[in-house]
Amino acid sequence: MNFSISLTVNGVQRNVDLSDPRVTLLDLLRERLHLTGTKKGCDRGQCGACTVLVDGRRINSCLALAISQDGADVLTIEGVARGDHLHPVQAAFIAHDGLQCGFCTPGQIMSAIGLIEEGHAGDDPERVREGMSGNLCRCGAYAGITEAVLEAQKILAAANQRRSA
Amino acid sequence: MKTFDYVRPTTIAEAVSAAAEPGAAYLAGGTNLLDLMKGGISRPNRLVDISRLKALDRIEHLADGGIRIGALVRNADLAHDPDFARFYPAVAEALLSGASAQLRNAATVAGNVLQRTRCGYFYDTASACNKREPGAGCDALHGENRLHAVLGWSKACIATHPSDFCVPLAALDAVVEIEGKAGRREVTLEDFYRLPGDRPERESKLDPGDLIIAIRLPAKARAFAAHARYLKLRERTSYAFAIVSAAACLRIEQGTIAEARLALGGVAAKPWRVRAAEATLAGSHPDPAAYRRAAEAALADAKASGENGFKIELARRIVVRALTSAAAGTPRRIPALPASLFSTAPGALQNA
Repeated sequence: MNFSISLTVNGVQRNVDLSDPRVTLLDLLRERLHLTGTKKGCDRGQCGACTVLVDGRRINSCLALAISQDGADVLTIEGVARGDHLHPVQAAFIAHDGLQCGFCTPGQIMSAIGLIEEGHAGDDPERVREGMSGNLCRCGAYAGITEAVLEAQKILAAANQRRSA
Repeated sequence: MKTFDYVRPTTIAEAVSAAAEPGAAYLAGGTNLLDLMKGGISRPNRLVDISRLKALDRIEHLADGGIRIGALVRNADLAHDPDFARFYPAVAEALLSGASAQLRNAATVAGNVLQRTRCGYFYDTASACNKREPGAGCDALHGENRLHAVLGWSKACIATHPSDFCVPLAALDAVVEIEGKAGRREVTLEDFYRLPGDRPERESKLDPGDLIIAIRLPAKARAFAAHARYLKLRERTSYAFAIVSAAACLRIEQGTIAEARLALGGVAAKPWRVRAAEATLAGSHPDPAAYRRAAEAALADAKASGENGFKIELARRIVVRALTSAAAGTPRRIPALPASLFSTAPGALQNA
């Protein structure tokens, strides 16, 4: 059986023919669209390395069937910077050493963007830590990650305020 | 993963008919099903993708004061719905104590109700498991079983139901609405699950092809909003299943407990409502002696199924703690670490 699906990935419409319904969104991004920024860690929904935004919400792309995401709007780590201008969350991760080996970082950054968008954590570090608990970091860069999320949130809030002023 | 047919029906009737064939499974959030399929534990021949059925993703406030939660409402959307969190705070807290933000964004409420046990032997296809393969035996019985059931288990199966959400739902008389070949019916969540007995592969009252379409909470459940908590002990502060948990909901009038609701999680193959304990609380003064009496009643029939006797006393203590916290009053905002007794901030005791 062949399935044809259409997705918007980082603002670009992509039509993909799937010869196998078992392809996950993660494998579609990495193997078919060659967007290898999204990482495959556990492939079982336990580590968060594969986090992407689908229709604005962070999910584990390893636990989503590509075929079921037909029509979705997907944002991956490759789509967050504007050219050479880093997304504020990316810049904050660098500024606060929110990484060591970097493998979990695309998932951490996508999760942080989702968390800030959700708006439930506020400026409470404990709520940020809880909201980021779906992203494991083997190097233990959690302290820097929390600081980075809090700072990026402030920068984004200020930018939004300027825009609406 | 075994391959499968994929169909995407556009109506409930089409979905039920597409799932009538043996070996069919419904796909919604997929967070548990896909994991089970990757491990070869679930091997459906056909996936019926219901995730686009718009009729099933609404939260409706009913004229009688109850609430009807469509089967496809995402766990995160329900927990963060301001009206829902105000009227059913223990349910919202339980939802937010489960899984991770990513999983809660994808997982649906009916999927939460239907999630499978996390027993390691059920997940390991090289192990014997009566639930996965009827008649194969149970390797958990003499294996690593410190997190297994202490209530309602049988020699055939000692697995627990892992849901947090379902614990306060059972306490608050939630009802499951089901669409099947013979039309629509409903069953209370408490009666929805089957205990393992000698048929642990039969986990619920669903027949093949049945579709959960909604979960309902009655208007009466709102009466507990001022004194409702869910507390959960786990092996790390976040993103872990319960060792034991408890939902405690009280109606306190003039300093006396007029009515109590109590259910336990992580102790049995279903969320474990303890009516005997509720009865000991009704009419009592909310004090530690009453909570301990309730805890004794709640665990009166508990029995270790292996090296998990510690869970019995742990469950008694979480009952006392949940009742104490509920009596102190529902926090205005869900705590930073939902359902936790701890804090990641040094020196701060989050829910004390």
